[in-house]
Amino acid sequence: MNTKAEMNLITLNIDGQEVKVERGSTVLEAAKAAGTYIPTLCYHPDLSPFGACRLCIVEIDKMRGLPTSCTTPADEGMVVHTNTPRIQELRRNVFELILSEHPWQCLTCPKNGRCELQEVASHIGLGEVSVPPIYKNLPKDTENPFFRRDYNLCILCGRCVRMCQEVRGVGAIAFTYRGGQAMVGTAFDHSLQDSDCKFCGACVDVCPTAALMDKSSLWAGIPDRKVATICPYCGVGCQLKLEVKDERIISSVPDPDGIVNHGQACVKGRFGIREFVHHRERLTAPLIRRNGEFKEASWDEALDLAAKKLKSYTAGELGVIASAKCTNEENYVMQKFARAVLGNNNIDHCARLCHAPTVAGLVQSFGSGAMTNSINEVGDAACILAIGTNTMEEHPVIGVEVKKAVNNGAKLIVANPREIDLCHFASLWIRHSPGTDVALLMGMMRVIVDEGLLDSAFVKERCENFDTFRESLKSFGLDFVERVTKVSRDRIIEAARMFATHSPATILYAMGITQHSHGTDNVMATANLAMLTGNVGKPSTGVNPLRGQNNVQGACDMGALPNVYTGYQAVADPAIREKFEAAWECRLPSSPGLTLVEMIEAAYCREIKALYLVGENPALSDADTQHVQESLAQLDFLVVQDIFLSETAEFAHVVLPAASFAEKDGTFTNTERRVQRVRKAIEPIGDSRPDWWITCQLAKRLGGRGFDYSCPFDIMEEIRDLTPSYGGISYERLESGGLQWPCPTNDHPGTPILHTNIFTRGKGRFIPLKYILPGELPDEDYPLILTTGRSLYHFHTGTMTRKVAGLNIIEPEGAVEISPQDALPLGIAQGDKVKVSSRRGEVITKAKVTEVSPPGVVFMTFHFAESAANILTNPKLDPVSKIPEFKVAAVKVEKI
Amino acid sequence: MESELAEILAPYEEKKGVLIPVLQQVQEKLGYISEEAISQIAKTLKLSGSDIFGVASFYTQFRFVKPGEHTVKICLGTACHVRGGEQILNTVKSYLSIDTGETTKDGKFSLERVACLGCCALSPVIVVDEVVHSKMNPLKTANLLSSYYQGGGDEV
Repeated sequence: MNTKAEMNLITLNIDGQEVKVERGSTVLEAAKAAGTYIPTLCYHPDLSPFGACRLCIVEIDKMRGLPTSCTTPADEGMVVHTNTPRIQELRRNVFELILSEHPWQCLTCPKNGRCELQEVASHIGLGEVSVPPIYKNLPKDTENPFFRRDYNLCILCGRCVRMCQEVRGVGAIAFTYRGGQAMVGTAFDHSLQDSDCKFCGACVDVCPTAALMDKSSLWAGIPDRKVATICPYCGVGCQLKLEVKDERIISSVPDPDGIVNHGQACVKGRFGIREFVHHRERLTAPLIRRNGEFKEASWDEALDLAAKKLKSYTAGELGVIASAKCTNEENYVMQKFARAVLGNNNIDHCARLCHAPTVAGLVQSFGSGAMTNSINEVGDAACILAIGTNTMEEHPVIGVEVKKAVNNGAKLIVANPREIDLCHFASLWIRHSPGTDVALLMGMMRVIVDEGLLDSAFVKERCENFDTFRESLKSFGLDFVERVTKVSRDRIIEAARMFATHSPATILYAMGITQHSHGTDNVMATANLAMLTGNVGKPSTGVNPLRGQNNVQGACDMGALPNVYTGYQAVADPAIREKFEAAWECRLPSSPGLTLVEMIEAAYCREIKALYLVGENPALSDADTQHVQESLAQLDFLVVQDIFLSETAEFAHVVLPAASFAEKDGTFTNTERRVQRVRKAIEPIGDSRPDWWITCQLAKRLGGRGFDYSCPFDIMEEIRDLTPSYGGISYERLESGGLQWPCPTNDHPGTPILHTNIFTRGKGRFIPLKYILPGELPDEDYPLILTTGRSLYHFHTGTMTRKVAGLNIIEPEGAVEISPQDALPLGIAQGDKVKVSSRRGEVITKAKVTEVSPPGVVFMTFHFAESAANILTNPKLDPVSKIPEFKVAAVKVEKI
Repeated sequence: MESELAEILAPYEEKKGVLIPVLQQVQEKLGYISEEAISQIAKTLKLSGSDIFGVASFYTQFRFVKPGEHTVKICLGTACHVRGGEQILNTVKSYLSIDTGETTKDGKFSLERVACLGCCALSPVIVVDEVVHSKMNPLKTANLLSSYYQGGGDEV
């Protein structure tokens, strides 16, 4: 231990035992460090000290009275007594008072055996309660679909209130009323649905009694086992514990020791897993289409048929669509299958529809297309630019980090046309017109350069091509930028100064940046801004694309892309190709394959005749879905492998039932490049099988060699051999938490921050940019801009979340958000049925009149098949990354 | 109402530690703290509605229902209590079918209980709006209240 750390330590005496703790620790923490038990109820390590339950009182020499140890800072030389007769007597009295307002019906209580009151009672040794009992007789909250609230059991420890307020920053609940009437509640005692509650369940997880209980596992009892795994929803990669009883999942609870999420989750991970895993509509047997109808078949029948059909096409007529929901091991097997068995590079997945521009853009700027920094660094940033990300809804646990930063005094700049939740605690909200991000960012950079606020040393030493870039700034005069973005010049100047003068500053972005026909330009603009202000390669800085799917980073890393093998090793590079040919013992094609969107188009033109599609739902998720569905219908042969019969599976000839994330082992790589272990909690449902097993079976039937893996561990070993950035990532090491790539060797600690001393490509490259109009602008026929996104309560095409009853109670159907200014002249009122149409098609949905959407812009989510936003979206592609323009389409809205 | 609120709130935009004076001014202007007012204050001060309600409901000075046309205050200070104030309160409660802190459905009366108005010699007393009615009994109380429905009221 170095001397500095030594100096930060203080020594105190607890019950005669010397203990050293860090300065700033409380007496309670010191006692814990010494292994001394002090009863507590209101204390929680993630929350600020509260001193409400009064159980943790101690005696401290030379200090008056009996201070609460949770609120008393430890000091050098303190002598603390935790268990004198005087303390015991008083603790018993305090506990009697608590118990006088808490019914003792433990045998009929769902928390029996896990209740913290019981634990404290057993330590305190209370013989009787002499205070007369009071039963408050408050009505139970049964309205809310996820947890039961019974405040008759509440002991007012305030953990839930502090969790909601301090950690989640929501404040849906507070202490209300006073004295004997005091309780935890909402404004005017409204239901939680009518409050700000986001149903993250963090309050439930910290409640010491049964006042707040997960409804789904209320009477399930104590689980047989808890299996640590990773949430299957978004790219944050929260560590969860699946609680299993009688071989069924009864609950999913965030892991307090989770390195990414620190005990936090969102409504989907907390309450949206058990039901979809055990849903009666899960596919439990292979299906073969016979005379237009699906009939159940055996695995041998289905696999033999699929292999026989696939064999009958030439390599160029085949394509594979892999899945960002599957594990790394499975994606590896799928791309190996496409390349080594089918003999072409026609493999892609939905990253094409979300972060293809990130990979294309950041590779040009930095040399590596992933989040440069880690999630936990966001909380320590001095300035955050959140552009094109609805973080609170789409990456709620990263949203928690953003709020933490704001609570620590950070400046938050939100650039978003919609008034999203983030705007409410932003220092500055920029409401630019959709599709004008390049103009906005270049305008800000122009100000930074003109005012000399750039980090010249960083630009000079670490970057290149600055002069050409500076030339390109000339066309971004503030008059022009103001006119294009519809943001006042003062706000642009303020944003530029704020970002440039607060260090460290970090950029967060998501689909709002990428899903444009100039998405790659948008990405490079963010990279330019980060380099210009010297915010790369240092803690709490960087360019941080927030990825959507649980394993979209991993699926890219594994080479489920048409131009690269694992670890972004180019298929066109002969040396790399030779390496893979030697390892896989076969000849490999040299030319890059078709992208996802190109494959669908090729299917339409009947150039691609058969597709093997795993865990994706392009019939709902891709732009201009009517055209996509027509393309799928053109296919001679479609194999769909999924956990449910999705909208896309309806087009299939053979459907193969896959096991869900809870039923298999493997790894996911989250948005911050962290590879984490997914662990099998239960046996596969029905006759479903893990995706890797199915692909291997298919490969072997097609004569593929090297598919005899006995378990995902074998596959990971092969990945490590062939992928430099994954070289040091072994299952053994992953047991003690995740590892962030690049991690080339067994003794490499992983890389939380990229580009620290040198950019991956050597020097950071400034890219000159031009403002390009969106592919489609509003006109007389289609006067409004449609922009699309996701909601907190649903995920993607709803395959999983729409199977969860509670989520559908909160958000049962889609709607089009429209501003009052646009709704009024159209005669549209709240809840009216409306028709939204674009040049591609039309959908019927409900109107949600709200100021969240600015005038001229309407918004829809793409979760709902019955009002599918992607029927309307524009398939115009970004020329570099081939992403369609999901974020800007011209539409009209009519009342019907 | 919205503009009245906006006027009160304007000087406090995003300020910290101003909640109680804001609530006091809102109540002075509107007579009570409405749901709308709470959501408006929440937006201005960047606080959650529940937090604001939590603070407001801690103090007896704030009320959450629109006050009636007339405010009836029943004194339950020592002298009034000893001389039957409780009975007077019960009479009013049953006559108006409301509890303390509430307003009648027709919006005519709201009811408050107070502790000593400083006129103990007149106990038990009722104050309707600003007028003190002395040495009350249940019958006088009922007559007093009914007079308001007959258009008299203030002259009693």
